[in-house]
Amino acid sequence: MKVSLEVNGRRVSADVEERTLLVELLRKNLLLTGTHVGCDTTQCGACVVHVDGRAVKSCTMLAAQADGAQVTTIEGLAPKGGLHPVQAAFRANHALQCGFCTPGMIMTAVELLTHNPNPTEQEIRDGLDGNICRCTGYHNIVKAVAAAAQTMRATG
Amino acid sequence: MYPFEYLKPADLQSAVKSASASGENKFIAGGMTLLPTLKLRLARPDRLIDLSRITELTGIRVEAKHVEIGAMTRHADVARSADLRRALPALAALAGGIGDPLVRNRGTIGGSIANNDPAADYPSALLALAGIVITNQREIAADDFFTGMFSTALKSSELITRLRFDIPKRAAYAKYPNPASRYAMVGVFVADTATGIRVAVTGAGPCVFRVAPFEAALAKRFTPDALDGLGIPADNLNNDLHGSAEYRASLVSVMAKRAVAAALGG
Repeated sequence: MKVSLEVNGRRVSADVEERTLLVELLRKNLLLTGTHVGCDTTQCGACVVHVDGRAVKSCTMLAAQADGAQVTTIEGLAPKGGLHPVQAAFRANHALQCGFCTPGMIMTAVELLTHNPNPTEQEIRDGLDGNICRCTGYHNIVKAVAAAAQTMRATG
Repeated sequence: MYPFEYLKPADLQSAVKSASASGENKFIAGGMTLLPTLKLRLARPDRLIDLSRITELTGIRVEAKHVEIGAMTRHADVARSADLRRALPALAALAGGIGDPLVRNRGTIGGSIANNDPAADYPSALLALAGIVITNQREIAADDFFTGMFSTALKSSELITRLRFDIPKRAAYAKYPNPASRYAMVGVFVADTATGIRVAVTGAGPCVFRVAPFEAALAKRFTPDALDGLGIPADNLNNDLHGSAEYRASLVSVMAKRAVAAALGG
């Protein structure tokens, strides 16, 4: 079947099998390999992307379900060469160790901050409930999200 | 996943019609249970009928005495609805505790109710609030809806369109989540309704159930200590690597008390 969607501001179409997952479309057809597959069982959150502004696990969504949608991946979060404030805060706060979970963590954190621009530490931890860091680097990830929130509030 | 045919009808009538075609047909709402099931090849439907384009299935309407929630309304939207948080905060809070934020962005109330997972949260709310399941064919009372593990009174081409809940005097849900999956090890929904106190338990057994002795005790006195010394037998409760049947039986009493305390504003 043919699916057409907008990915990182670019209109794309692809011929895919009905059972193709959104993450497969992104990684294999569009070569956007910033979105990772960790567990493939809806638990780890490494594959989180935004679909119509909502953070979702792209390993648990069919490409067909995203037909007509606007998708943002980690590659599309900031203009080329730049960093989104959440990306910058992850770098500044050493919030990545092996880096595998980072794209999903960042995509989840960005949506969290759109609903709650001034989260408490507990709200950040609850908000990242669906993202697993197997290096267990959670403390700096939480610090980075808090720092990004502060930057984003200051710069509006 | 085994291959399947995929349809995304624009209206209810075409969706129901597609579901009566020959072969095995499955409606897909948020897919938070169905897609993992398909990926594990535990199901092999011939056809998936995606309900996401049918706009009439989405939305929350709060009236003076009841609320109606469209079957395709996502958990995140139930959790964040300002109207619902005022009218029926227990239900909004329950939705905000399902799975994780990413699952709540996809999963739907109708999907959860239709799937009737033994450890899902929503069935306890529907049963405790004496909710009504509205389908394309009829209205089904919660007491008649849940018929066993993963089974309901729905017929094969019957589709939930919305859920109706009378606004209770007070209500609350207390859950002890499995620390990995966030499914309920045990969740207890307590509601003080126009037809009396209702206590519904999820996660503990093969299917959501009510606890008559708790309801009777709370009808006399709606306080946590009204449940002192009361418990349910461990017979027929879930017994798995996450917890024994006896442990779950104990959790039922603990969570019921916490729900009563929360309903009282504690």
